[in-house]
Amino acid sequence: MASPQMPSSQVFDRPLLRARRARAAALGPATFLIDRVAEDLAERLAAVLRPFPLAVDLGTPTEALRNALATSGKIGDIVALDRAVVVPASGRLQVVADEEALPLRDGVADLVVSGLALQFVNDLPGTLVQVRRALKPDGLFIAALLGGETLTELRQALAEAEAEIEGGVSPRVAPFVDVHELGNLLQRAGFALPVTDLDRVTVRYESVLGLMLDLRRMGAANALIERRRSPLRRATLLRAGEIYLARFADADRRIRATFDIVWLSGWAPDPSQQQPLKPGSAQVRLADALGSREISAGEKAGR
Amino acid sequence: MSSMPTARPANTVDPKLLEILVCPVTKGPLEYDAARQELISRAAKLAYPIRDGIPIMLADEARRLD
Repeated sequence: MASPQMPSSQVFDRPLLRARRARAAALGPATFLIDRVAEDLAERLAAVLRPFPLAVDLGTPTEALRNALATSGKIGDIVALDRAVVVPASGRLQVVADEEALPLRDGVADLVVSGLALQFVNDLPGTLVQVRRALKPDGLFIAALLGGETLTELRQALAEAEAEIEGGVSPRVAPFVDVHELGNLLQRAGFALPVTDLDRVTVRYESVLGLMLDLRRMGAANALIERRRSPLRRATLLRAGEIYLARFADADRRIRATFDIVWLSGWAPDPSQQQPLKPGSAQVRLADALGSREISAGEKAGR
Repeated sequence: MSSMPTARPANTVDPKLLEILVCPVTKGPLEYDAARQELISRAAKLAYPIRDGIPIMLADEARRLD
């Protein structure tokens, strides 16, 4: 049962996430995924030949993305919008807000980016609509979030171990959104030219404990609200480690963990963008363009 | 006028932010109370605090107005 003050559709305990992030910072955060995302974003922006006077960063847990923006030479001001106060590099602007309730005026941002934050948003369709509204016409949204098959090995190992030892399964690994579904969400939120793609990263660890420690250091340890009240039992964790090792280890006994970084991008609609033509408005026959003979309906081919 | 970009006193909000922010609950306009360092949403009856120059645009951290 969800707690009474929380609507039942809420999957993520957002105050808990805030605490997890603070703990991750204290442990010395594991930043290899976000660093990869920042590098990738820099490449993607390099392909866009226009300046972005005002950029907004939604909830990226480190400065990596904002640093990449700053060095791109295309960005004027960068506003870091985060649930918690981060320590921004000097001269950067900061607002504390929730990605689910953006405090941004319509049509102010030229660029909105987000790195590995939106997988924890409960109402992603709502957030996407708010992002699109905050963008100027022809403004760009680029985000990377964990999705797809992320942590599928851990999910399977924990579920099997819990079923064996505790006689039941509880959600230990957060649900991740499907890549195709994200494309649909972008379109429904009113973005033009929506694109999604997947960057699969397989990380190898000495042990499940090593993986779990890294997840804590990413601030990504399970923030599911409907998790069991009791923490994971030691026996269950040990058994999950055995199952993980048996099913998802390489020959050198190191275990594999999948992280699917899903990239999404879309533009706020603008008349200058490519538009589909009206049906029947073609100036050239398709058969001519293809250099083939047109066969009218009803005529049999090859006779 | 000798306007220096860095002359903004510490602990006050950057005017650039005031231009782009609205109330996250109503998406309506905000009034800036410089003395109290608050952003006031009349429609939502909430006053959002500004701490160390950072607007805290969370309804559960805002002061209720009656």
